Amino acid sequence: MVRKMSKMYLPLAAIAAAAMALSACGGGSGGGGGGDASGDAGANLDGRGPITYVQGKDNSNVVRPLLDKWNAAHPDEKVTFKEQSDNADQQHDDLVKNFQAKNVDYDVASVDVIWTAEFAARGWLQPLKDKMAVSTEGMLPATVKTGTYNEVLYTLPQTSDGGILYYRKDLVPTPPKTWEEMMGMCSIAKDKGIDCYAGQFAQYEGLTVNVAEAINTQGGEIIGKDGKPTVNSADAKVGLGNLVTAYKNGNIPKQALTYQEEQGRQSFEAGKLLFLRNWPYVYNLAKTDGSSTVKDTFGIAPLPGKDGPGASSLGGHNMGVSVYSKNKATAKDFLAFMTSPESQKFYATQGSLAPVLGDLYDDAELVKQLPYLPVLKTSIENAVPRPVTPFYPAVTQAIQQNSFAALQGSKTVDQALTDMEAAISTAVSK
Amino acid sequence: MSTSTATGDARTAAAKGVARRRVMWASSRTYISAIVIVVWCLLPFYWMVVTAFRDVGYTFDPTPFFTHVTWDNFATAFSSEMGNHLDRALLNSLFISGVTTAVALLFGVFAAYALARLNFRGKFMVLGVVLGASMFPGVAIVTPLFQLFTNINWTGTYQALIIPNISFVLPLTVYTLTSFFREMPWELEEAARIDGCTAGEAFRKVIMPLAAPAVFTTAILAFIAAWNEYLIASILSNDATQTVTVAIASFAGSQPHQEPYTAVMAAGTVVTIPLVVLVLIFQRKIVAGLTAGAVK
Amino acid sequence: MSTHLDPAVKSSKTPGSKEVGADRKEKTQGRLAAMLITPTMVVLAIVIAYPVVNAIIMSLQQDEGLDPVTGTFVAGGFAGFANYIHWIFQQCTGPGGTTVSCPPGTLGAQFWSATGVTFFFTVITVFFETILGFWMALIMARAFRGRSVLRAAVLVPWAIPTAVTAKLWFFIFAFDGIANTLFHTSILWTGSEGPARAAIIIADIWKTTPFMALLILAGLQMIPGDIYEAAKVDGASTWQRFRMITLPLVKPALMVAILFRVLDALRMYDLPAIMTGGANGTTTLSILVVNQIRIGFNSAAALSTITFLIIFIVAFIFVRFLGANAVESASGEAKGKQK
Repeated sequence: MVRKMSKMYLPLAAIAAAAMALSACGGGSGGGGGGDASGDAGANLDGRGPITYVQGKDNSNVVRPLLDKWNAAHPDEKVTFKEQSDNADQQHDDLVKNFQAKNVDYDVASVDVIWTAEFAARGWLQPLKDKMAVSTEGMLPATVKTGTYNEVLYTLPQTSDGGILYYRKDLVPTPPKTWEEMMGMCSIAKDKGIDCYAGQFAQYEGLTVNVAEAINTQGGEIIGKDGKPTVNSADAKVGLGNLVTAYKNGNIPKQALTYQEEQGRQSFEAGKLLFLRNWPYVYNLAKTDGSSTVKDTFGIAPLPGKDGPGASSLGGHNMGVSVYSKNKATAKDFLAFMTSPESQKFYATQGSLAPVLGDLYDDAELVKQLPYLPVLKTSIENAVPRPVTPFYPAVTQAIQQNSFAALQGSKTVDQALTDMEAAISTAVSK
Repeated sequence: MSTSTATGDARTAAAKGVARRRVMWASSRTYISAIVIVVWCLLPFYWMVVTAFRDVGYTFDPTPFFTHVTWDNFATAFSSEMGNHLDRALLNSLFISGVTTAVALLFGVFAAYALARLNFRGKFMVLGVVLGASMFPGVAIVTPLFQLFTNINWTGTYQALIIPNISFVLPLTVYTLTSFFREMPWELEEAARIDGCTAGEAFRKVIMPLAAPAVFTTAILAFIAAWNEYLIASILSNDATQTVTVAIASFAGSQPHQEPYTAVMAAGTVVTIPLVVLVLIFQRKIVAGLTAGAVK
Repeated sequence: MSTHLDPAVKSSKTPGSKEVGADRKEKTQGRLAAMLITPTMVVLAIVIAYPVVNAIIMSLQQDEGLDPVTGTFVAGGFAGFANYIHWIFQQCTGPGGTTVSCPPGTLGAQFWSATGVTFFFTVITVFFETILGFWMALIMARAFRGRSVLRAAVLVPWAIPTAVTAKLWFFIFAFDGIANTLFHTSILWTGSEGPARAAIIIADIWKTTPFMALLILAGLQMIPGDIYEAAKVDGASTWQRFRMITLPLVKPALMVAILFRVLDALRMYDLPAIMTGGANGTTTLSILVVNQIRIGFNSAAALSTITFLIIFIVAFIFVRFLGANAVESASGEAKGKQK
């Protein structure tokens, strides 16, 4: 009997043993530890040869033509395009898995501006200094900040994005400069029977963007220079309080709690909203969408602030080089190529992607095609990046959940900020 | 089944009348129920199709009829210029789900036969292990699996997609088949063996035809589960082996932040309709032949 | 007339002509069983056992901590059961390494609520799916013109990929979406707890009832028609026939269907993730696992293991006390042998 049993489960036991062995050498801890990673950072700096470029979905066919151009000029250092999904979370998880597995085929990656610190702290990104140093000359300073962790540049700004205020110029002749001014204009909306203001207030990353803007605009700060939370401050209270008050008194309509970018755009295009905070992408669509009722009656302005333009959060992507890459010299040249003025201009004309080079915003030809550029420049010049911290995923959860509770009214602003600070503080004390 | 017996019961003309009325009532109740079910199942699907045919500039228009009709979204879904390779993904999904179903059924039939029919020790443990495979959060399996497959250079290969799929559908396959096999009239198999059939022949010729509806249902469930698998495919496939779920998830609007609802709905329509048609054809051609009369 | 009697008529040779010793018989059966079961076990071992063993090892390690000097992550070292304690007692590490109760807005503070939400969704959806699935199966089993239309229609919700389904319902339940337009309501479907849960439950029931219906239908089709005939001749009413014949005979299939639905529902992820992102009291255990994986792998491994244990306990109770037939009597046989 016993012999039979053991025979039957012999293969199972063998597999289980193999599994144990594999998991022992597969680096069960998951994140490539700092120790061996820093060793990699010195390797292959002169390596040249074919590389792979990883990026989320290439929405409007910008990358392929650029790669064709590069490949024609560099037949021995061809770049292969690995296209990820269009979803930011999925892009993040895909990068994490490949970095963990030390995949040598993920040479250059396009990373969302909020991921640099996390990837850098895990030792996955090649510091862009010394032999790998790349020029950031002419780039808008706020964009460079998103790529910098511990005073070292890890990712090079590639495209940018900032919040702008869409308003109905047929109802509001001059756009509001400050938050108070805008709230004052809400009576106009009431008279017309439409809603006043909306941003992105559903509980997701967009809420972090909007809350960070509200707090930063009032001079508050979420995380200090030392990486510790500083969000429970008087300024932050005013910032978050502005949103909560507006929600309570109806200036922000109740359905805005379900709004991501698209639902707000829908409402604005349907003529049901006086002011909308959104990204530049709305501009073209509101002009061309068949269902848009505001084609000729909307205008754009910088976000309203305390006494001048508000502090927008920054969107966009940066480019980083994997420490596991075998051909880092090629990767470095490729970074320079993708951020050159010609490439940046191509991003803008072909894909409506905002450049990171300040000069391009004044390029007459570009402005003609993308009339929102001057406003966007003001937005990005006054922008404050979302917290640059290796614990960003936990920090954004803390911001989203507590500010959403405050908006819903299940928590006071004071309580929300106290909880937010406590939650961020446990997140960063690992 | 109700019709034949109701008439069989009736002895007198009066009783016949009552019976007929009852049958009428029963069948109209059946039809009412059927219509309710069809409407419930198809209404959201209808909205999906309406959206699929709607001009992208009217994405959010809540008019419940076909308006601003266009084929553009389907063109988008198949547009390789925009990096959407739905056609290739359909073939991949067909292949991966097909192989998954075939292998899972084969293994499942083996295991279920043993579990339902044979006496051996450790049966409870086997059943427990098989069920246990359906208890771990799928999301937690992906990372270690990715590392494992990277170590053996399997990422992006078909086997890296097929083998996990098989393991995901096997528990259900084994359990369903076991529970159905247990209901089988096995004395027939014994009889066939005494008639000179080998064990395999007896199983194939006597038991399989009887089990056909169960096996077929299991096959549908396995196929659709494999067809809909996303998690593993999103991490382990590459451009060449991408499945439909991954292809659809990678759709993008023409602008950053723009949600490609209409194209997603078009793709959803495209991948659903052939699946249903396929199942129906199978059902007609194969099962009808095998189980003629079983439900009448 | 059901087909299953047909082949029986053929043979009537004397049974027991090949009498074998019981012991030898069991031995050959055991060897055959091992051969038949091995393929299944091998596949499951590669894909499930490896990750599970891996997760358990990881769960005993601390998450990587940040070295304040270099600003890089360093391995956290052995943790014992600290990760498990973190979740179950909702204890977090505060500033300076102190232990504090996890503040609102951390994932650690959500373990028990996520467990509650997961069970809530499971009980409600499986309950409705069973009832509706049974009803659909009974209708589908009837012979009437146009039955194939019904069968096709029932397949549709199940055949649409889950990610597309979730997007579809998200779109339907948007504030300016078709649901509010059609019913002239202005409900914040994804903006507050009750409606958000209702929306997810409706979507889940719509999507997975066909799964139930198909499995139950297969069970119904295995019931020989002549049993009903006999019962009718005996004068049994429709309800009696349902209770005395249909229900007991379809029970094995029904139990398997419910068991697997429960296991799936306890791991529910896509629908809430896409429709609400876990906001408004819709964070399930799987959503928590995914969010935690993005923060710390080892705590996430511990959470996965806890989830596994919870589901294991549920399945065990289900099998033992509610009698998921396939397991129940099979294990009974095995036990009989051991004694």
